[in-house]
Amino acid sequence: MTAARGLAGVALALLAVLPWVPMGGMREYVVFVMVQIFIWSFIGQAWSLMGRFGLVSLGHGAFLGVGAYTSTLLWNFYGLTPWLGTLVAMAAAVVLALVVAYPCSRFGIIGHYFALVTLAVGEVIRLLLIAERDWTGGSLGLTVKPVGRDASLWALQYADKRIFYFGALVVWLGGLWVWRRLDRSMARAAMEAIGEDEMAAASVGIRVTRFKLGITALSAALTAVGGVLYAQYITYVNPETLAGVGVSLRIVFAVVLGGMYSLLGPTVGTALTIALSEYLRIVFGVKLIGMAETIYGLVLVLCIIFLPAGIYGSARELFRRRVPAQAAG
Amino acid sequence: MSNLVDLVAHNPLLLMEAALNGLLLGGVLALLALGLNLIFGVLDIVWIVYVDLVMLAMYLVYFLVQVYGWPLWLGALGGVALGTVLGVAVHLLIITPILGSPPVNQLLATGGLLFFIQSLATFLWTTDHRSIRLTLPTLEIGGMFVSFARLIAFVLAVLVMIGLYFFLTRTYIGTAIRAVSQDRGAMALMGADPQRIYIVTSAVGGALAGVAAALMSIQYSVHPYFGAAFGPITFMICVLGGLGNMVGAFIASFILSEIISIGGVVWSTEMGYVIAFALFIVLMFIRPGGILARRQ
Amino acid sequence: MSGDAPSMLELRGITAGYGHFTALWDVSLRVAAGEAVAVVGPNGAGKTTLLRVISGVIAPRSGELSFEGTALGGRPAHEIVAHGIAHVPEGRRLFPALTVADNLRMGAFLPAARKSYGESLARVFTLFPVLAERQRQRAGSLSGGEQQMLAIGRALMSRPRLILFDEPSMGLAPVMVLRLFDLIRRVREDGYTILVVEQNVRQVLKLADRAYLLEVGRVRMEGRADELGEQDFIRKAYVGL
Repeated sequence: MTAARGLAGVALALLAVLPWVPMGGMREYVVFVMVQIFIWSFIGQAWSLMGRFGLVSLGHGAFLGVGAYTSTLLWNFYGLTPWLGTLVAMAAAVVLALVVAYPCSRFGIIGHYFALVTLAVGEVIRLLLIAERDWTGGSLGLTVKPVGRDASLWALQYADKRIFYFGALVVWLGGLWVWRRLDRSMARAAMEAIGEDEMAAASVGIRVTRFKLGITALSAALTAVGGVLYAQYITYVNPETLAGVGVSLRIVFAVVLGGMYSLLGPTVGTALTIALSEYLRIVFGVKLIGMAETIYGLVLVLCIIFLPAGIYGSARELFRRRVPAQAAG
Repeated sequence: MSNLVDLVAHNPLLLMEAALNGLLLGGVLALLALGLNLIFGVLDIVWIVYVDLVMLAMYLVYFLVQVYGWPLWLGALGGVALGTVLGVAVHLLIITPILGSPPVNQLLATGGLLFFIQSLATFLWTTDHRSIRLTLPTLEIGGMFVSFARLIAFVLAVLVMIGLYFFLTRTYIGTAIRAVSQDRGAMALMGADPQRIYIVTSAVGGALAGVAAALMSIQYSVHPYFGAAFGPITFMICVLGGLGNMVGAFIASFILSEIISIGGVVWSTEMGYVIAFALFIVLMFIRPGGILARRQ
Repeated sequence: MSGDAPSMLELRGITAGYGHFTALWDVSLRVAAGEAVAVVGPNGAGKTTLLRVISGVIAPRSGELSFEGTALGGRPAHEIVAHGIAHVPEGRRLFPALTVADNLRMGAFLPAARKSYGESLARVFTLFPVLAERQRQRAGSLSGGEQQMLAIGRALMSRPRLILFDEPSMGLAPVMVLRLFDLIRRVREDGYTILVVEQNVRQVLKLADRAYLLEVGRVRMEGRADELGEQDFIRKAYVGL
């Protein structure tokens, strides 16, 4: 235990000093990528709260979009600080989640059917954002109204992106903490029972609907927070990047490839997929348009087929086989 | 609401035209929904990539007819053939390896394929819209304007659906497909190799996509993100009709295309979707599992 | 041992289970051509698993399985049917939305079965006239007894030589249960070899030539059906006397 703790401490320390490490002009880019990794890992972690219990959502873009747009619109039109905007965004995401999850839960919509419903939700939100173009800017997106000064805690805008780096780092750690708490709680045992056999779980008194809705609401709320964070960092929101099938699938891919059932799985997966897509972007640049994405898609499909437990899970399997297991009773 | 009232009062013909167009569109969409449901009913897997297969077949029709000068009917057959081949290929290469995997992996496999195909299409053919230059007349029926292409597409779609009905109820393999969708394991106990049935199902599903591609080629232009335009409608239809429920999908196709068509004229196409989804949520509360769902 | 007649079906040292769980331990069993063999035992004894291993639904972890001299262990279900074994599954597993006629048609999936389709169908309708009457009816709307008849009829359509019955009396009213065993007797008299797994020990021992008692995945006892039925503890524990 202490070895692991020590390692974690060292890693954290390294992460903390990263923005000051000399990198020959690359630093801004590295910080940018790291912030992306923190934010998307956090979002992936939020998704995995549902995913690990068999509630596969392919529409988390809906919560991202709702989150990002709620706080941005409130700021742009009403000057409401994003700190409070986040709370409203979380509430909105939770309402949406409950409206969809309740009938699904009560009427036993699970598995592929549930995934399809969430797919539809994601798309509907994306289309709604495009439809209400008068205030959302439609497909062109919306810029977060700049506050003018260099840094503003009230507006959550900072010229020095290093502040964002720490903010994102803290939020990422927060996500890990929530995951840990949930993993250790009674809720986790209940959800696993539900995931295995809903009827059996119900028959021993587990309030199936309540748990499912709770997990879904939590996942949605956290995802919305991720959306707000992303919006504040990039200072621009757009229905394509934040809602819709594309972003939803990417989140799920990252988590599954990294390992859905472990604490650091989503982070590992997100880091790897972002690294891959950045690498491909650099290699192909503006030559061969579409080739980077094609290879990305191909890699994802191959990984899913050949590494079903994800990279983390497969690595663990390999490790376990090297270390001979105790004889089974 | 005022938009709607306005239209009914001052320009009812526009509404009726939208309704008629919705009906015609529904016919072709039904093909897509049926194909998706057929495959799901037998394999329990949703092919998220399905509408992108339509896109690929549409490109083939475009190249055959517009670039190589083939007659339209031959190009259309080519599209159907490609659809069939793609259906079988997807099953053998992507689905078969993940048949026993957890649902999330299965969804990601077809999802990843979606990324791959859309990007590949962008790489090969750029995002330019391509369409077949056809001059088909626009008919006027009682003051409403209907494109002849759309009408033909509707009629052909209905004929194909009738053919599908007979295939599923009168042929041996069609009945076997229905049997498997009701109880997958029991068919193996009758001596049926499940893989054989899966392949036939995927081929038929792919063929339906190919037919849809041919019919859409005469109405729409194709581009790599065609799937993003029609995919959501298809998924919504399946959800509304109850996944795995063929009759439900058929009915839902028309309901949804009406809502989107009329909604498109009154507000905007996107709003049409939002209304359709709201309807879905309401229906969920009144009638669980979609309109007539049997499967869960 | 009834060692004279050659074995049609032979299981030797079969061990099988699901995932980490082992349901059968070193089970050996044989059925001679023309015999009616029963397998009885309490819930969870592994009786259904046994039939699933024979019909190929699950593969044994170890042991041998042969049918008419051919090794069949581990082969997939559809191949095993082609060798002449039909399985009337637990709960019947009919195709509820298909008609009676279509269910029977599906039973004749094998090419050889399709060739003699007319003949097989006539045979089934002779055995179960009520099915002929209800041909066009949806299988899901039949009564419990009729469904069981359809399930048996469907199995007959594949022209098997050995028929496996998995808990055929389950879910049937007592009066139907008697009729059911009569029907199984008639099937047997038509020339089929049968292996019946049953909870209703009394009825099945009346029907069978030999029987095996399975408990917790192992063969606890075996012998002639009438002798087994006399055993005190069987009478008390399972027959309820």
